[in-house]
Amino acid sequence: MSGVELPLWAAVPAALLLVASGLLTVTGSLGLLRLPSFQARMHGPSMGNTLGCGCMLFASMFVSSAIVGRPVLHEFLITVFVVVTSPATAMLLMRASIYRARSKATSAGNEVVER
Amino acid sequence: MKHFAPVLAIALALMWLLMNDTVSTGQVVLGILLALLLTFWSAKLRPLRPRLYRPQLAIGLLWTVFVDIVRSNIAVGRIILGLVGERSIRSAFLDIPLELRDPHGLAVLATIITSTPGTVWVDFDAERGLLTLHVLDLRDEEGWIRTIKEHYERPLIGIFQP
Repeated sequence: MSGVELPLWAAVPAALLLVASGLLTVTGSLGLLRLPSFQARMHGPSMGNTLGCGCMLFASMFVSSAIVGRPVLHEFLITVFVVVTSPATAMLLMRASIYRARSKATSAGNEVVER
Repeated sequence: MKHFAPVLAIALALMWLLMNDTVSTGQVVLGILLALLLTFWSAKLRPLRPRLYRPQLAIGLLWTVFVDIVRSNIAVGRIILGLVGERSIRSAFLDIPLELRDPHGLAVLATIITSTPGTVWVDFDAERGLLTLHVLDLRDEEGWIRTIKEHYERPLIGIFQP
């Protein structure tokens, strides 16, 4: 890749998108530290999964299209795979946390107040 | 032939070409061949065939989902960074009665809701048709129910149910 001069129309948006992607993903990950409960913390990382990942892929499309000199679109597939796979883990974690909360409440002999 | 799913085969062939980043004759032939074989082989794994009644609604749905994902990214980011002032954040579970019954429509709805920051799919009670979500910032329950029903459920019913 070295020695390839990127045209401005690709370099500027790609740089902006990469910065945006980084900021979004860092913010989402910060949620893991700052949010109070397990269930609330589930929501943070999906920022990196959606817009964070999306900005990165668009930057990649700009740069590789500019280098090759024709539209490069296979980054779209990454979006498809992320969208198809990541909810499965999210739901699994959510169900596991509810199951844990329930079994804790039962073993303590309490009524299950919250699901 | 009764198990053949044309939409799946076309999508697989397009994915193959996109993955290889080419439209050369060899890859097109290989892609079509693979798509047909995989569609036949996987037919037994998918006993329930989806039927698309109004697939054109998917375009509007895709756009709505995109806009909502951008908006909820900003909303969740503000909450994490503490930019919501003194207001306390109430994350809670929310029950939504659904009219959508098609399992494929429900799967797409689960993907949309879980992919959107700020909401995670928790459970669906098929007997009562009751969907349970976890919402990070639950302020206006009626508003959330309306959003989910109008933005996502209505187009999904249109696509997957007659």
